[in-house]
Amino acid sequence: MALDSKSEYDVRTFKVVGTRVQRPDGVDKVTGKARFGADITAPGMLTGLILRSPHAHARIRSIDTSAAEALPGVHAVVTSADFTPIDDDDFTDDILANCMARDKALYDGHAVAAVAASSGHIAKAALKLIKVDYEVLPHVTDVDKAIEPGAPVLHEGRSDETVPEGASPNIISRCEFGHGDVEAGLAKADRVVERSFKTEATHQGYIEPHACLAQMSTDGTADLWCCTQGHYMVRNTCAAIFRMEQGQLRVTASEIGGGFGGKTTVFLEPVALMLARKSGRPVKMVMSRSEVLRATGPTSSSSVDVRIGMTKDGKITGAFAELRYQGGAYPGSPVEMGAMSAFAAYDLEHVKTVGWDIVCNRPKQAAYRAPGAPMAAFAVESAIDELAKGFGLDPIEVRLKNAAREGTKSSYGVTYPAIGLEATLRTARDHPHWKAPLGPNQGRGVACGFWFNFGGDTCVSLNITPDGTVTVSEGNPDIGGSRASMSMMAAEELGIPYEKVRTIVADTGSLGQNEVTDGSRVTFAVGLATIKAARAAKAEMCKRAAMTWGIDPEAVEWRDGAAHATGHNAGEHPPMTLAEIAAIASNTGGPIAGHCEANPEGAGVSFATHMVDTEVDPDTGATKILRYTVFQDAGKAVHPDYVEGQFQGGATQGIGWALNEEYIYGEDGTLQNPGFLDYRVPVASDLPMIDTVILEIPNPGHPYGVRGVGETSIVPPLAAVANAVSEAADVRMTQIPMSPPRLLSAILAK
Amino acid sequence: MQYLAPQTLDDAVKALASQPDAKVLAGGTDLLVRMRSDMIHPDVVLDIKRIDETRRITQEDGGWRIGASVSAAEMGENAALVADWPGVVEAANLIGSTQIQGRCTIVGNLCNASPAADSVPAMVAANATVRVVGPEGTRDVPVQEIPVSPGKTSLKPGEFVASVFLPPRPERSGDAYLRFIPRTEMDIAVVSAGVALQLDEGGTCTAARVSLGAVAPTVLLVPEAADTLIGTKVDEPALEALAKAASAAAKPIADKRGTVEYRVHVAGVLARRAAVIARNRAGGAS
Repeated sequence: MALDSKSEYDVRTFKVVGTRVQRPDGVDKVTGKARFGADITAPGMLTGLILRSPHAHARIRSIDTSAAEALPGVHAVVTSADFTPIDDDDFTDDILANCMARDKALYDGHAVAAVAASSGHIAKAALKLIKVDYEVLPHVTDVDKAIEPGAPVLHEGRSDETVPEGASPNIISRCEFGHGDVEAGLAKADRVVERSFKTEATHQGYIEPHACLAQMSTDGTADLWCCTQGHYMVRNTCAAIFRMEQGQLRVTASEIGGGFGGKTTVFLEPVALMLARKSGRPVKMVMSRSEVLRATGPTSSSSVDVRIGMTKDGKITGAFAELRYQGGAYPGSPVEMGAMSAFAAYDLEHVKTVGWDIVCNRPKQAAYRAPGAPMAAFAVESAIDELAKGFGLDPIEVRLKNAAREGTKSSYGVTYPAIGLEATLRTARDHPHWKAPLGPNQGRGVACGFWFNFGGDTCVSLNITPDGTVTVSEGNPDIGGSRASMSMMAAEELGIPYEKVRTIVADTGSLGQNEVTDGSRVTFAVGLATIKAARAAKAEMCKRAAMTWGIDPEAVEWRDGAAHATGHNAGEHPPMTLAEIAAIASNTGGPIAGHCEANPEGAGVSFATHMVDTEVDPDTGATKILRYTVFQDAGKAVHPDYVEGQFQGGATQGIGWALNEEYIYGEDGTLQNPGFLDYRVPVASDLPMIDTVILEIPNPGHPYGVRGVGETSIVPPLAAVANAVSEAADVRMTQIPMSPPRLLSAILAK
Repeated sequence: MQYLAPQTLDDAVKALASQPDAKVLAGGTDLLVRMRSDMIHPDVVLDIKRIDETRRITQEDGGWRIGASVSAAEMGENAALVADWPGVVEAANLIGSTQIQGRCTIVGNLCNASPAADSVPAMVAANATVRVVGPEGTRDVPVQEIPVSPGKTSLKPGEFVASVFLPPRPERSGDAYLRFIPRTEMDIAVVSAGVALQLDEGGTCTAARVSLGAVAPTVLLVPEAADTLIGTKVDEPALEALAKAASAAAKPIADKRGTVEYRVHVAGVLARRAAVIARNRAGGAS
């Protein structure tokens, strides 16, 4: 996340980048030929199913699997006794314990056993024959109640040294960021707003449930096919769990039907591998939707207190936030990123945030699009909105007055290079949406959002085929159009048509280490590596042309898809195209390829401003989204369709989070809505077309100026919608989702 | 599992008499979902879609007989039926999604016995009856007497519903159904209300039926709410009284879809809004 790396960026005129070419995966997807996780099969494969805890918190006294094992057609039964804990790596050991409960089931849906059988029917029958003796324990699912004295304790001894003595054992860690003297800053304010906010847990809601096929040979080698955001992560995690050498496990990623961060860890794969090892057969596992919601990671629910002081002309004098996030049953809520990002959009002299990572009896959280940031932005942007409106100030002008810009020392420590926040705010202010009239019971909200973006280990191989086409192998599942973007950047760099390049997602045996598809990193980092791989190939092709012409390689340059002789050799030799060089490569030294291995650091932070109009039915508490516009800096939009899709998708997920999506727990701690009927993601008819405005402030850390765009777009909508609803309903909403019962109750209590 | 598909009502009755635990299949939008989600494992499924009488919409004595296998979408395609009972047809076409509406039936919606069923309050307000066939013969029963509690009906072993009868639509009458859901489609009513009413030439309400869904174990017919409209022009004071009476009659539970307070309040809001639509359809003051 270093922001001061040397500039990679060169101003250039693009031919392919920035156009809206046809996506390479479109035909297979619309004709049903694309192979997703559940579409992979192997001869003789078994069906694996998981038995899950019906209790929110229970000691597992014993598990009797004998009747299940005796059922004809059952080939293997697995419990935690089959796995060896990983004593020297808590992070991976928690993943393993989440895949298969040990002495305690820690949430409704926690896996306690698994079977592999010759059919799904037999596997289902076998699950019913497994006898688990539970001692039901008191449970806690609310983040604030989890740290009250006397709350049920999930783990003993997991609090780290940052947690004050005597604090609840459910507090795992504390973090703190900021600079200046907040109290002194607040003292200079004309008004201080102090508010508490709560958000519920939401699931990433990907369409495709988790699925995998595992195979393990008696010689210890193994293969996995799975739906994941990072098959190298799957390999490394499973290899650690099985004490295998990483090279002995090959993982192939399927097409992926959405992930949004939720597929950056493993849930099924270690269990499937263990069932495959015990049965000696390939084992396929596919989750049901209910399993996805009960047992894979939603994001944290949160409870946030903010204090912000402002002068009557709109200058923020001091800002403080205390954030409590629960990460489910294991350490690792994204509270640190919440605490780092909370005030990242503002240039503040006095700012401080404190974050608390808390466990409770819910599924282990997983990353969800800009993990931790939307909840923090909800609290901060709501309070800023209240202050601005209280002084009768324009909320966009107030944000402009305090906006972070190049040279601002951010609240989390770094000093920004060129950033796009002010550009998004000015564009929003000057957009017709900002001036459009509103009717009765309608309100308009704006909010800003920030995301760090990320680089990470990246390995790309670019090969020139004998007929002069180009294949790019990269190691990140294509979750947002990356095959199209990589092909475009390779075509741009090589000076050949987009159609001449095909990008594939290679398995773990084909490339070096690749970080998971996260942190909005792929278009940035894999794009950078693709461009550099293409540059390496170009250098080699220039060398081959020089060899053919009998001149120095330095006297050859690449332009418009061909090698050209330069200097005193200019005009002496007709240019050699990529295809011409490729055709004779066998005679000039063999195949031609370029590759790049990198861990690029100049990801370039990202900002957005969102604007939304809502109408509230004061008699039912129903909220309608009337109009929505996203203003975001993309650095350089490689394929604008995909960029707009990311803007729209993030806004949509944020609208769902703001209005209706939530994990609802019963008194007994079980999840009440493990299905899309009552876990309400927005449907198409719930939304207007989300308008988008792409801004391009080049990122100095990328050759083409690209910034990641995938995550920032989910950061502002919680606050933007809340600000709009609060105006429409004339009551400040501090808890989301603003579901109709909650909103009506607030309206009637006015 | 055995699958039976008789061609006549008589054969269906006989088959069901010998297999009283068989599940009757029409559109399957509830039954198949329950089977797929492991909630039930029937040994016999009796498909009634091959029986002609269940597939028809026919005019009868000035009213409408709708077979048990007629889908909601088919009802929506019948312009004369839509003109007579727009509230009932609209209610049926709120169920599920467009795809579901091509399969689902109002009889299935009734016999699923959910208090939140969309078509049921509309049928209750319309004073619809159903024709029940069984080993002991045929009987006509008011719609509101079929569900007795969530998931349970008053049908006796071996009985099933063959059709619904919507009575002739009186002059200057109208019906309407409204439900509240947190999204715009593909959801289940948190609260719902059906209103059917008749006006005289001067626009005064002479008869009314008001029903509420999802506020009690079964869909409620609320005569005291209807009484607030009768004798009025269905004007502001009457609507205010209607809303109060509807809220007073609501006896909901709190669950994942809504609180008690929410459902009580919104029952009144929806009854009032439905009454305005029904009044306007009847040609009354708008």
